Amino acid sequence: MAELKLADYKTTVHNDWCPGCGDFGILSAIQMALSEMQIPRHKAVIFSGIGCSGKTPHFINVYGIHTLHGRVLPFAQGAKIANPDLEIIAVGGDGDGLGIGAGHFVGAGRKNVDIPYLIFNNEVYGLTKGQASPTLRLGEKTKSLVTPNTNNSVNPIALAFVSGFTFIARSYSYDVKHLKDTIKRAITHKGIAFVDVLQPCPTYDDIHTREWFQGKNKPDSEKAVPRIYKIEEAGYDGIIHDESEVNEKMSKILEFSSEWGDKIPIGIFYQNELVPSYHERIAENIKDYFARPPSNQEISDIENKPAARIDKILDKLQIN
Amino acid sequence: MSFLANANSISWLIGGPQGSGVDSAANIFAKTCAKEGFHIFGKREFYSNIKGEHSYFTIRISEKAVSSQLEEINMLVSFDSETVFRHADKVSPGGIIIYDSSLAETVLDEVPSIDFQANKRIGKLLEDSGQPLNLSGMLELAKARGCIVYGLPYYEMIEAVAKNLNDPKLSKLSRAVNVMAISASISLLGIKKDMLISAIQEVFGSKPKLLSSNIEAAEYAYSYIGTKFDTKNIKYKITPKDVLKDYVLISGSQAAAIGKILGGCRFQTYYPITPASDESEFLESNQIIDQVDGKNGSVVVVQTEDEIAAITMAIGASLTGVRTATATSGPGFSLMAEALGWAGMNEVPLVVTMYQRAGPSTGLPTRHEQSDLLFAINAGHGDFPKIVLASGDIEEAFYDSIKVFNFAEIYQLPVIHLLDKAISSSIQTCKRFSNDLKIERGKFKSVIDKNQSEGTAGHFQRFKLEDSPISMRVPIGTENAIFWNTGDEHTEEGHISEDPENRNKMMDKRMKKLDLALEKIAENDKAICYDFESDSKNVVISWGSTKGAILEALEKLSEEGSKLRFIQVRLLHPFPTETVKKFLTDAKLVIDVEMNYSSQLGSLVQQNTGREIDYKIVKYNGRPMSTTEIYIALKRILSGNNERRIILDGGT
Repeated sequence: MAELKLADYKTTVHNDWCPGCGDFGILSAIQMALSEMQIPRHKAVIFSGIGCSGKTPHFINVYGIHTLHGRVLPFAQGAKIANPDLEIIAVGGDGDGLGIGAGHFVGAGRKNVDIPYLIFNNEVYGLTKGQASPTLRLGEKTKSLVTPNTNNSVNPIALAFVSGFTFIARSYSYDVKHLKDTIKRAITHKGIAFVDVLQPCPTYDDIHTREWFQGKNKPDSEKAVPRIYKIEEAGYDGIIHDESEVNEKMSKILEFSSEWGDKIPIGIFYQNELVPSYHERIAENIKDYFARPPSNQEISDIENKPAARIDKILDKLQIN
Repeated sequence: MSFLANANSISWLIGGPQGSGVDSAANIFAKTCAKEGFHIFGKREFYSNIKGEHSYFTIRISEKAVSSQLEEINMLVSFDSETVFRHADKVSPGGIIIYDSSLAETVLDEVPSIDFQANKRIGKLLEDSGQPLNLSGMLELAKARGCIVYGLPYYEMIEAVAKNLNDPKLSKLSRAVNVMAISASISLLGIKKDMLISAIQEVFGSKPKLLSSNIEAAEYAYSYIGTKFDTKNIKYKITPKDVLKDYVLISGSQAAAIGKILGGCRFQTYYPITPASDESEFLESNQIIDQVDGKNGSVVVVQTEDEIAAITMAIGASLTGVRTATATSGPGFSLMAEALGWAGMNEVPLVVTMYQRAGPSTGLPTRHEQSDLLFAINAGHGDFPKIVLASGDIEEAFYDSIKVFNFAEIYQLPVIHLLDKAISSSIQTCKRFSNDLKIERGKFKSVIDKNQSEGTAGHFQRFKLEDSPISMRVPIGTENAIFWNTGDEHTEEGHISEDPENRNKMMDKRMKKLDLALEKIAENDKAICYDFESDSKNVVISWGSTKGAILEALEKLSEEGSKLRFIQVRLLHPFPTETVKKFLTDAKLVIDVEMNYSSQLGSLVQQNTGREIDYKIVKYNGRPMSTTEIYIALKRILSGNNERRIILDGGT
């Protein structure tokens, strides 16, 4: 089969994100990951929620399912459980996944369905004109807020860990190479993989701007020192090789997840493939699940007669 | 007034605290009678509670097929005092009451699970008739009506059984009191013991220890009746009938689950809710599916974190080409409304099996109602097509479970299969279901030739605008068929479009599917008219689980010389206006019968056919309509009563 080029993963749909939007970097990273992994276009499905990030699938030339606000994970999990051969990627915003969809975020961690999930984290509800999202910190006032934020923020990394996500990472939308590599790792991970993608919103988030991330606006320094640092470069390895390592990693993850301001860690905080995936749990009861998942079963013959026989069930209910 | 054409037909009731084995006892009784050749209809009533509150199970046994319950009880079987307090006044003259003789002096006020309102009602009944406020008072009242009471010293009987079994664990054995109670009733009815033993073996077969103690208890109670009482003058004796050949004793939720298996459902989601969960649990316990070709199929049943996840996960699975369903009840369905619109917008086949219960809000969570009709039809914002089909009984629930998948795939839209607790939790003897049915998948392909993709850059036009409103559907993952879905208005490929012209075309395409459905769906799936050919000009119209009770009431009225037509509307949306109009032709009186407050079908009939409803019979106390009360209400209307709305209030 002919090699698929990066351009093959792009559609001609007009992209209406604001100029300078962090979403562009994320879109490119997804397309690059798909292309580098040579995932057949028809095998890949991008599921999205609602918001600016929700439009992502329309720009990627693979199957694209733009779902409802907050519900991307259950849609995507349903498809992946029914057909585990699909390469499904779920994307959504921070309000989408951690506000209206927070219950599903927790539920997805418990299930561990084999899906990567990217949150485009820009601290605001962009498409509805800049309201505070669940990741905006208490007391912060972005430019379209009338008063400083009255809600405290959720800690997505810690929430992912306590919910049972088996891969937890963070990347940054303007470090496309790091992001692309992280997405590839998330795709190959067996189980539910969460990637928190930090991303400036040039239109509504006037606090955590690209310049802010670059450290350019620190008043006390002559030279800009980027706030973001890579944990692997600092000698950290998030992979669990033995269950006994989980507790120790937990405190490290919580420590990383509360770092903010001058030092913001990105990288893979946690990867634990010792936890059985939801698919493996199904296969405990349905032995041939991987060979014959729901999507690979004939339910009728050529005369449209049902393939199933219900006699054995009815025999148990028969009167005599 | 009695519905008992002959002695070979009985209305029987067992009650007891929740968790004391009322259900299994009733099942043993039902199986025993079915083995004797009788038709069965059984109805469960229970509180939203795990242990202790009063639950009961009524069973009708009859020579003829029955699918409804009566107000009166001919035999009341109890092993606690509450059952007698709550039901003894419903026992018909000549009827039988079995009770625990050691409880005779139990005072009404000392039964904590009898709530204040019931206590007041029962207390007044006893006071008005000058009886003491205790169990003996209730029994005296019944005796005065001609009932026969049998006091059983259960504790002494258990002691005797323990002695026979050489087992001193009385507390364990005392759990067999339910089986002793039904065994006594079976002995009184004159049914052979071996049928009872064989039914007990079926129910406790997998638990050898329970089996032996229960059989011993049953044998003891059976003989106890014969030796201690003179049973000659009992009015209700039943004589064995010919064996019911090829019949199953089945509940509505089991029937629906089996229909789903045969109908090709291979993915079901649910969030726990009464009374819908029973179906998903039964489906999961039968997840490995036998196939004609000798291979095994399987159905994946997923318990989700909430009902929004249940429906959206089901939609996601459906996109892979799998026949998919979710099952829920009113509160869960409320949460599903938004996603239903997404399925409509993206033309995704989906079945929502909706087990109605009494609302609004949490309502009466374990009780009966048909009050979600208009909600089911109107669920979701905006205009989008959906089909709503309501089954009238357990057998229909099975066959309709296959049909709804066919509808969902042929018309590529969500289908709501309306059932209710009166169907799901009831049991009935049904003719063994047929395997010989058709699976129709509509315009569906899983292989697309490279040259068939017609959109820009070779994309598949999932929402192609053609003569037919239905486009070719392929599973996601199909080669050469990449498309998009979005809840936004979209192009033929599925990309967002706010173009006004495209909008109109897409709206027209989707909504026209309803016209097509009305044109193609079989007439007897739209509405059925019983006795249309007769010259009866008075019409009863209803939908769903009231069918059995109505038909039986009409049969009795017909025997008495008043013939009525009965229209059972099955397709509620799109509304089969022409079919219903035809059945309403020449109608003199139109009487709408429904288990809700606002006569929801009545308003649909008026809205669609223009025909006014003349009389409304409604019920919303959480108890299903009995044949008895429908009969009485219709009699009142036919005799010129000018009450336009009759509220039924039967049930305990």
